[in-house]
Amino acid sequence: MSEISGFIRPDGKIGIRNHVLVLPTVSCVNGVVNRIAREVPDAVCAPHPHGCGRGGPRDLDILFRMLPGLIRHPNVGGVVLIGLGCEVSSIANLHPLIQDTGKKIEVLNVQTDGGSLETARKGVLAARRLLSELQNQSRVPIAWEKIMVAMECGGSDALSGVTANAVLGAVSDWLVEKGATVIFGENTEMIGTAHVLQRRAKNEQVAGQIEQMINRAEKLTHEIMGELASLVISPGNMDGGISTIAEKSMGCIVKGGTATINQVVHYGQAPTERGLILQDGPGYDGDSMAGLAASGSHVMFFSTGRGTPVGFPAMPVIKVASNTGVYQAMRDDIDVNAGVLTKGYPLQDLRDEMIQQMIRVINGEKTKAEINGMDVFTFMTIHPPF
Amino acid sequence: MDNILIVHSGDNVGVALTAIAEGEAVITKGNDLFAAREAIPASHKVALTDIAANEEVIKYGETIAVSTQLIKRGQWVHTHNLSSGIWKK
Repeated sequence: MSEISGFIRPDGKIGIRNHVLVLPTVSCVNGVVNRIAREVPDAVCAPHPHGCGRGGPRDLDILFRMLPGLIRHPNVGGVVLIGLGCEVSSIANLHPLIQDTGKKIEVLNVQTDGGSLETARKGVLAARRLLSELQNQSRVPIAWEKIMVAMECGGSDALSGVTANAVLGAVSDWLVEKGATVIFGENTEMIGTAHVLQRRAKNEQVAGQIEQMINRAEKLTHEIMGELASLVISPGNMDGGISTIAEKSMGCIVKGGTATINQVVHYGQAPTERGLILQDGPGYDGDSMAGLAASGSHVMFFSTGRGTPVGFPAMPVIKVASNTGVYQAMRDDIDVNAGVLTKGYPLQDLRDEMIQQMIRVINGEKTKAEINGMDVFTFMTIHPPF
Repeated sequence: MDNILIVHSGDNVGVALTAIAEGEAVITKGNDLFAAREAIPASHKVALTDIAANEEVIKYGETIAVSTQLIKRGQWVHTHNLSSGIWKK
């Protein structure tokens, strides 16, 4: 009997939640999705600022990875897709990228379904219908090989690396040992650590990809920030005692543990390997979370030193405080206090408790961000809109 | 009680767990190491050895910065006496 359970999807993937996702294809119809959210609080509604007004192959690649990534997300059992009709990521353009999931996807377009109010009315009915259908599905035992866990940090301080991320690294190593997949991104927060990550690459090819990814991030930061490049650390981080981006980066990458790095994936791309995976994505919290979720992460550990309440639609986020002060100041938002490590609490004991907590979350226990409904869905773009 | 944390055995800086006053004993794992030469803000770094100018500052067992001046054991280590070496290519 496995210690973890989930829902089997038609394509063989495993979800740890059985959500109905209500997703706009474009920001123009966010209001329709918000109306559905008020009527159907049990649906996961994910308005976002994208879907049109940008071009160029890189932005189109991202758009057509992110929206399908969320639709395909294993924690999503059914989808109500709200379109406008004339947008870049129209339902017609998304269809080839999502049709093979086998999950039920109801589609509506505001321009042809009677305008915003009528589309919202139809969307409410569709969401309720899907919710009642999914209620009949039961959890089954699942293997760790089917699980992908994302590691994220945001609003960091000098303790984030030495307490919270250190214990996240220990959890990462445990997961990889179990056969699960661990993924982390935030390429700007790897600057200055290429030599450390390359040492751990599976082969020359992966080592080369790591070097290229970090060099690109470093070059871009240098181009944009010039002499101030070393200050690509928010004032909140500096107040917390972090002096350089290399120091911040070391504190960031420890959360991935010490396993061999098996693959580097694009922003929002699903890995084809298991084990430890790096994502070539940005450091900004919301954008980074979206990329890791679109890659198919079932659950995320998110460490914070200054304190952030942020969660993500359909992916449970386990928040880990680096210090007892922020844990106590944000008790409603933070699930784990890694600040106990500064009082001599053994790291191994905290790791074991966090593994048990993760198992409970996988099996259905809600995280603070889930309970509070702190979902944010936004993602990075390369160019400004036109 | 411990007032600093050393992440890696090869590090030449430690992380202050609380604000440390000038002259106060710097303690880790119950060992009284030395007296702080100046005030160290909570969660900031303190030099564990004398660090010469242009020497590597090591935390997590890796280089995180280069010193811009002599930093004495017990001094505060932050942006005022460090350079982020990687940008000087």
